[in-house]
Amino acid sequence: MSAGSAVAIAATRTLAVARKELLQLRRDRLTLAMMVALPMFQLLLFGYAIDTDVRHIAAVVWDQDRSAASRDFVQGLRVTGFYDFVGEVHDKGEIERALRAGRARVALVIPPRYESNLRASGSARLQLIVDGSDPQTVASATGTAQGLAAARSRKAPQISVEPVNWYNPDLKTSTHIVPGLVGIILTMTMVMLTAMAIARERERGTLEQLIVSPLRRGELVVGKIAPYVGMGFLQMTLILLLGRIIFGVPFRGSVLLLYAAALVFIAANLALGLLFSTLARTQQQAMQMSFFFLLPNILLSGFMFPWEAMPKPAQALSQALPLTHFLRIVRGVVLKAATFADISVELAWLAALVLVLATTATLRFSKKLG
Amino acid sequence: MIPDAAGPRSGADSGPIIRTEHLSRKFGELVAVRDVSLEVHRGEIFGVLGPNGAGKSTTIRMLCGILDPSGGRGTVVGFDLARDAERIKARIGYMTQRFSLYEDLSVVENLRFYAGIYGIPRARREPRIDQVLERGGLIDQRTQIAGTLSGGWKQRVALACATIHEPPLLFLDEPTAGVDPVSRRDFWEQIHALAASGTTVLVTTHYMDEAERCHRLAFIFRGTLLDVGTPDEIVARRGLRVAELQVDDAVPAAARLRALPEVDEVAHYGHTLRLATLRGVDPEQLARSQLGDHVVSSRPARTTVEDAFVSMVRREAAP
Repeated sequence: MSAGSAVAIAATRTLAVARKELLQLRRDRLTLAMMVALPMFQLLLFGYAIDTDVRHIAAVVWDQDRSAASRDFVQGLRVTGFYDFVGEVHDKGEIERALRAGRARVALVIPPRYESNLRASGSARLQLIVDGSDPQTVASATGTAQGLAAARSRKAPQISVEPVNWYNPDLKTSTHIVPGLVGIILTMTMVMLTAMAIARERERGTLEQLIVSPLRRGELVVGKIAPYVGMGFLQMTLILLLGRIIFGVPFRGSVLLLYAAALVFIAANLALGLLFSTLARTQQQAMQMSFFFLLPNILLSGFMFPWEAMPKPAQALSQALPLTHFLRIVRGVVLKAATFADISVELAWLAALVLVLATTATLRFSKKLG
Repeated sequence: MIPDAAGPRSGADSGPIIRTEHLSRKFGELVAVRDVSLEVHRGEIFGVLGPNGAGKSTTIRMLCGILDPSGGRGTVVGFDLARDAERIKARIGYMTQRFSLYEDLSVVENLRFYAGIYGIPRARREPRIDQVLERGGLIDQRTQIAGTLSGGWKQRVALACATIHEPPLLFLDEPTAGVDPVSRRDFWEQIHALAASGTTVLVTTHYMDEAERCHRLAFIFRGTLLDVGTPDEIVARRGLRVAELQVDDAVPAAARLRALPEVDEVAHYGHTLRLATLRGVDPEQLARSQLGDHVVSSRPARTTVEDAFVSMVRREAAP
């Protein structure tokens, strides 16, 4: 029997599996709807609701000076939009009550003789009491106040640092989040769908029928996951398009490069899903495993918290997550027009992960029972 | 590697299509199948009988090449079980008790899928599908979603799927579990038609009426092969004789008969007692000598495979 017809038969069998999988996907309206609705829902959720730029911080002021200069400073803070002054207080006790009750997150204390000190020496001290239970607020509040204070000081500082912000000049969270969301959504759906697709066959007894057929492992695996690769690309396109329309997230790099890199990333997730499916006996177990896996991805990959700020062991662990590398790729290509050379290290990581995961999964996915 | 149609090792077309020698399978400490040696000839319907958990499914799975034996060896369709499992797979059909259909696909979509994974070329596929649809009387159900079919119809579709690639050997693992009697009858007619056209069928069952429809039988109990032969041979080897008795007080009469060493079994069938005796003892004579006038009437009855099976299991299970 010639090699040509061997390939033809392998193709026939693989196609049969892929066609069946597509048919089942088409009949399963709920899953299909989820695959489209989930990216949209997450996009709106993360894009609108999660905004790490802290604005409208409730503040009280204890103005002991009651001068033109002190009123000017308060007004200056107000116009930045970062502070909402919710009232005046007249002693330390009142500040404490306001912070404790959550009426205010910040209290500005302007000491007596603020104006005269400023005139006399060109410098004066202000106190900003901040509710430190939310570190994000602290950073944002003090940053703004210091900025304003520097601007109002007559004495120019000796050294000034002027930050110039590239790629995301407005410092919008959505610009950072939307490309990352591509990675999160792909991780979520690709791992879960593959894990469940095989667990479903096992649960319904059809896997035994497949194992007893001449269908090869590789043919089954490729045929099963090929339709989901297409689905992954669809989701990615949807997120990037909507991100652009709704949040104005730019796409600066090569579309082709991103899709090529995404293919490697999707392969990693599918291999992982396959590995899960060899461990799960039921669809429910497969689902639980997929969710369990999602959490470290959100926390450690750098999707929500800066990777650089993580302790060393967590950083090391996160290297094993395909998402960590894909996030760098997708943010690089989308926001910074990164080239193949720029992302080659991350791509190599992804490829290595695919290799390890696919090998492990294939070895575990035996064509024997028992 | 693609299994070739008739390679050098595919064996001669003569000789048994299945041959096992001391086939065994352990799951940890549990011995599910012990020392099973048997031969199945081409074109016969070979029944494997045994109570639940006797090792029937384990045996079938080993013969299909999806479960490795822990001991012994065997050849199926001319190929070695241990070395050539994948070649065996291309030449057998297998139908499980769960019918293994994709319930969200239509009948014809299921058939197309199985035709595809058995590598039937596109050109031959549709005619072949039409052929099995017609044989199964499934033409009108062609586009129906499999999940909406009743048990009997699902069974027909499953059989059509298992035979789509015209395998010379067909394994049926409790194919009629949960199917109504009329459908079972139709199904067995299909099995006989397949066998008549040259397909060898190995079927497991615990329905005794089905056992009598097989050409030859194997009895498996607690993983051990107790007997192999035609239904008549198996029944004859037990040396049982059976009579149906009408007695005026059935319960004490049954208790009295059961106590006798030459009695194999006494069973109630409505108002009738069915008495089976061992070692060729005449059951009617025995009943009259023991129960006297309590016996209203009696008549000899045919000894069935069920009688033989129950007798064998009872003797084996006795301490």
